[in-house]
Amino acid sequence: MHPAYSLIFFTTASGLGYGLLALMGFFAALGLMPADRVFGFAGFAVALGLVTLGLLSSTLHLGHPERAWRAVTQWKSSWLSREGVMAIVTYIPAGLFALGWLFFETLGGFWILAAVATAVCCALTVYCTAMIYASIAAVPRWHHPLVPPGYLIFALATGALALDALLRVFGHPRLEVSALAALAVIAALVVKLLYWRSVDNAPARADADSATGLANSGVPGGIVRLLDPPHVEKNYLQTEMGYKVARKHAAKLRRMTVLFAFLVPLVLVALTTVLPAGAAAAASVTAAAAGAFGIVLERWLFFAEAQHVVMLYYGERAI
Amino acid sequence: MTDLPAAPTPKRLGLVIDVDICVGCHACATACKEWNTGGYHAPLTDLNPYGKDASGVWFNRVHSFEFGRGADNRVVHFPKSCLHCDNAPCVTVCPTGASYKRAEDGIVLVDESLCIGCKLCSWACPYGAREFDSTEGVMKKCTLCIDRIFNENLEEIDRVPACVAVCPVNARHYGDFNDPHSSVSEMTAERGGYDLMPEMGCKPTNKYLPPRPRKFNTGDTGAPAVLEDADPAGGFLGWVDRMLSAQP
Repeated sequence: MHPAYSLIFFTTASGLGYGLLALMGFFAALGLMPADRVFGFAGFAVALGLVTLGLLSSTLHLGHPERAWRAVTQWKSSWLSREGVMAIVTYIPAGLFALGWLFFETLGGFWILAAVATAVCCALTVYCTAMIYASIAAVPRWHHPLVPPGYLIFALATGALALDALLRVFGHPRLEVSALAALAVIAALVVKLLYWRSVDNAPARADADSATGLANSGVPGGIVRLLDPPHVEKNYLQTEMGYKVARKHAAKLRRMTVLFAFLVPLVLVALTTVLPAGAAAAASVTAAAAGAFGIVLERWLFFAEAQHVVMLYYGERAI
Repeated sequence: MTDLPAAPTPKRLGLVIDVDICVGCHACATACKEWNTGGYHAPLTDLNPYGKDASGVWFNRVHSFEFGRGADNRVVHFPKSCLHCDNAPCVTVCPTGASYKRAEDGIVLVDESLCIGCKLCSWACPYGAREFDSTEGVMKKCTLCIDRIFNENLEEIDRVPACVAVCPVNARHYGDFNDPHSSVSEMTAERGGYDLMPEMGCKPTNKYLPPRPRKFNTGDTGAPAVLEDADPAGGFLGWVDRMLSAQP
């Protein structure tokens, strides 16, 4: 599948943003967040900023961005619509949560309800994003049970790394957050490795024989081969669904993903527990940046490695 | 609305495509383009049509496949357009309600005025039936020529999809699959019409008729199994035969 930059940016930025927002809510509910206005402002600015930029960027790939509002109408059937609805709904508890934190500098009582609701809404929004892809049977690598857990854990891991970095930068280090960040990164690595192992060994979902039905037609024969494509130039289907660049470098890019998204952040987060405050802050910021970059690579591969069964009509044997 | 029709549609309009007799002339693709570039989805944009990297929107494309080995090896021309699936995933993924399946006859359509051009429907379709028009910013697809089949300004004989009307070898047929006595239902039953990629669960309406077994011997075609005697006994030819046979 063609890796549209707007979608890669949207899914990774909003994943980080929702992860950060959810964890601010979660730890606030546990009473572990400092009711510090400056830190709170930085947290909401990063989280809501990335979410909002991501949502705006996702409208960039639309043919008619001015009609984007229509996308909230079909929540009964469409995961994309549900994502749109949840993204908007999330602003309500998040706004209340921010109001309590930034204006009243309080994280107790009613505001805790808003914090919990924010965390739940964030998780639901990321789940809807994942289901947009996981619900598409025509792309077997997306139609996989580990795709929704993957999106959730990657959002949690990048969000936790960002929260850890912000806490350290503003002088409120919390060992619980660092520990959760490390655990989330390890869980994310496990999910990604399991996913890769599963999709690499999965039997083909369809092949040229079933796509054309010819091999089952009762004529003694053999496998179906494309002799002549319908046209000599590439069409929309081939540029959108027939993207091949990443598969050439897939192994290398996967190693880079493991390094930047998981190993580097893990080592750096471990180091923050022993380094002096200044160096620990720098290390945690680097960990968050490396994690975010690694997840961009991961997302690029998620699109570029995914094959669409329509390519069976354009010469692929089995997908 | 992007929910599929709650009840089975009273009619199920669609096509039967006989790949046994399709000659791969691409007339259906061309006639489709010609009609539809002035029809419901007008225009079917072409980009750089006379230059390098020409591209454009087509609803119907003819692929040519080869299969079988040895004497049974054959080339099959394979026209592919929207299959108007009962369980159309392109409809349910649409976030705006632009993509819909008609409750009365099962035709799958795009309302361009509601389409935001997110392309998700084209990702959801396993068959590549939908093509994005980058100049109009909306998704376009086969309409089963609703502007022909229900067009009372046309003579009744012309109220069939453009691809069916033009086919020089009668490889394409249009009708209602819910009517067991329609030509499409009868052909499907008789020839074992099949679904493309049934494992995708889309339940396509359109059916493909398979290639028939090949006939290798003269007797298989209805001609006399043994041709005329090449060794006549009498008459002028018998004399010629004897004279020539006598030569060393």
